[in-house]
Amino acid sequence: MSRTGASLSEDRRPEGESGDEPATDLAFDEADRRLLNDFQRDFPLVPRPYAEIGREIGVGEQSVLGRFSRLKGLRALSRIGAIVAPQRTGWSTLAAMAVPFPRLQAVADLVSSNDAVNHNYEREHRFNLWFVVTGPDQAAVQQTLAEIETETGLTVLDLPLLESYRLDLGFPLQWT
Amino acid sequence: MDVSLEDRQLLGALEDGLAFEARPYAGLAARLGLSEMDVIGRLKRLIADGVVRRFGVIVRHHELGYRANAMVVWDLPEDSVPAVGRTLATLPYITLCYRRPRRPPDWPYNLFCMIHGRDRAAVEALVEDATRQAGLTGRPREILFSKRRFKQRGARYGAPQPASLGPASVGS
Repeated sequence: MSRTGASLSEDRRPEGESGDEPATDLAFDEADRRLLNDFQRDFPLVPRPYAEIGREIGVGEQSVLGRFSRLKGLRALSRIGAIVAPQRTGWSTLAAMAVPFPRLQAVADLVSSNDAVNHNYEREHRFNLWFVVTGPDQAAVQQTLAEIETETGLTVLDLPLLESYRLDLGFPLQWT
Repeated sequence: MDVSLEDRQLLGALEDGLAFEARPYAGLAARLGLSEMDVIGRLKRLIADGVVRRFGVIVRHHELGYRANAMVVWDLPEDSVPAVGRTLATLPYITLCYRRPRRPPDWPYNLFCMIHGRDRAAVEALVEDATRQAGLTGRPREILFSKRRFKQRGARYGAPQPASLGPASVGS
């Protein structure tokens, strides 16, 4: 897949860096809030979806397009997209590592730089680095985990989904 | 059910998100060599078949003020996991709930949930509520709050791409 380094580095901005202050609720008017909250599921599958959304919330198509662009610029909106059921079009796993703290940033950077990794978080636990690896099949994902083990000299826990009771369906946003 | 090559290419082309243009499905269709109505029809069928679990706005919770998120894990007898998982899944603040394998001796936990909240105290209160509601009081459990977020983006499955879907077509 073709991707630019620029978009990857944007994805990798860690929390807490200066300039990464979350957008505040104050930046969102009622139309913005409805755009973020009301279309997490059942996005219109019609030739002009933004016009249909505009009719629902009482603004024009161009306003909807401009607002979504702005919300993306504010990093409140990740994207309008599809959440694919795990292991239906490929393979994914949740992986965890217990990284000695002095090495954590370097190991996290190495893991994040792997294109097969999407989420990568530090968590409060002896297993302190948690990331999701995806690939076209299970063998490809396990190859990625093996590469990370080789590159770091650390063991990776491979915790693939066995059964899903609830997959990300979005949830009602509460505005303070 | 196997997902067709065309559908995998369509999902791959959507990984960066739907374009902000008046007719975004027509733009996708042009990149994939399909018709606009074919793209719309394929997406409808992928949703109906459960391959796509939701199609829509994907927000960044941290940026919307949900500063705390915790992965809550339980060590439960295997045969009780499905019923407990289904109970937890009914709670509105549980966004993900999965059974995963134990990895003894390092990792004894086999049920995983994700909870987002405005702050740590809010998430802790939700974890206690979930524990009560699912009858899990006293069960071995850990709460893994997130600290730094090193990377967050949508999954990329490496779907085979049609020749036309190269860097040159980005922004078309």
